[in-house]
Amino acid sequence: MAKMHITTTINGEPTEFLCEPYETMLDVLRDNLGMTGSKEGCGSGDCGACSVTLDDRLVCSCLMLAAEAEGHEIRTIEGMSEGEALHPLQQKFLETAALQCGICTPGVLVAADALLKKNPNPSETEVRYWLAGNLCRCTGYDKIVRAVLETAADLRGAAE
Amino acid sequence: MTDIQYVAPSTLDEAVGAYAAAKGAARILAGGTDLLVQMRAGMVKPGLIVDIKKVAELSVIEKTPEGGFRIGAAVSGAVLEEHPTFGKVWPGVLEGLNLIGSTQVQGRASAGGNLCNGSPAADSIPGLVAAGAIATVQGPNGRRNIPVEQVPTGPGKTSLAPGEILVSFTLPPRPAHSSDAYLRMIPRTEMDIAVVGCAVSLTMDGDTCTAARVSLGAVAPTVLLVEDAAKALVLTKLDDASLDKAAAACSAACNPIDDKRGTIAYRTKVAGVLLKRTTAIAAERAKGG
Repeated sequence: MAKMHITTTINGEPTEFLCEPYETMLDVLRDNLGMTGSKEGCGSGDCGACSVTLDDRLVCSCLMLAAEAEGHEIRTIEGMSEGEALHPLQQKFLETAALQCGICTPGVLVAADALLKKNPNPSETEVRYWLAGNLCRCTGYDKIVRAVLETAADLRGAAE
Repeated sequence: MTDIQYVAPSTLDEAVGAYAAAKGAARILAGGTDLLVQMRAGMVKPGLIVDIKKVAELSVIEKTPEGGFRIGAAVSGAVLEEHPTFGKVWPGVLEGLNLIGSTQVQGRASAGGNLCNGSPAADSIPGLVAAGAIATVQGPNGRRNIPVEQVPTGPGKTSLAPGEILVSFTLPPRPAHSSDAYLRMIPRTEMDIAVVGCAVSLTMDGDTCTAARVSLGAVAPTVLLVEDAAKALVLTKLDDASLDKAAAACSAACNPIDDKRGTIAYRTKVAGVLLKRTTAIAAERAKGG
């Protein structure tokens, strides 16, 4: 059967791609568009390594059909930095070693960015619940949570 | 999986037409948080996926002329949470829906999908049953309204006829000093499946409970409406004796399974414990409202 022709926007860029009706957004990002920053951990929406935003809402790209992107706007980890300039969350994760193997990191960063856009001053509890769907098997979460809270404080300071 | 098709119709008639024409080979796609997992696991192999999110009626949250709410079956928990007044009127319905999965899952998962997936442990359904919500379904033979508790018929099974699509939930107008709550027992705080779930909806007149509905999840093949528990609460001051009676009615209604999440004895006992805790929260909210 003919592939579907999808017109969408990815990281602000008008994008077209062909996909099979059963392919997930994650499949197309990684295998078709070469955007391998989003990771496949579980493929069942449990680990959050494939986190992207769909019209600014945080979702698992493994639980979304690529065909559903038609007419919508996707943002991925590849759109987070401004060229060579890292996003403050990325910079903070590096400075505070809030990652070890790095597989969960793109998803954590996309999820944390979505949180700070919605709530610039989250409590530790709010950060932990928001990130409950981003599993990390290395760091034990404390460094991740602290990095998000410190970035939030930095961004609030910069905004004043 | 090569012969699969995807359609995203913009009208309900088109959606029902496509769904019915596929004669059981089609699956409805709302948030996809169950369907895509089931497809990946090989549990379902649909020939046609009908994405219903472009149908306006399935994606709206609106006030009814009577003063209640109508929620489209495909509305996600995250969208419902952002509604300015829904969560103030029905905090228990909202907290049930937003206990499902992670932030990412809540961005997609809908109460409609939760109901049609037919899990006895579906977290959003006891709240809707306690609310007295009515499900509107539409199929090739037209539209009908049924109480939410009559939709699930067993694990993974519903009373929807072939070709019927769940359209919306209608929640009744709320008298003053009414509120609701949902609690579930899980061994952790997040990202788990209910061992027992309990929703209570109350109307209070001072310290006296004047109306109640009680629903339990994960203790029987379907989510249950527990009328005996509600009767034990109505026209009482929610005193210990009344709560004991309502808790006993909840335990008596249980028909659970033994599994890795909990034993029959444990679930039966916890159903009564949760009834008391949930009632206390709902009553506190109702008195405040």
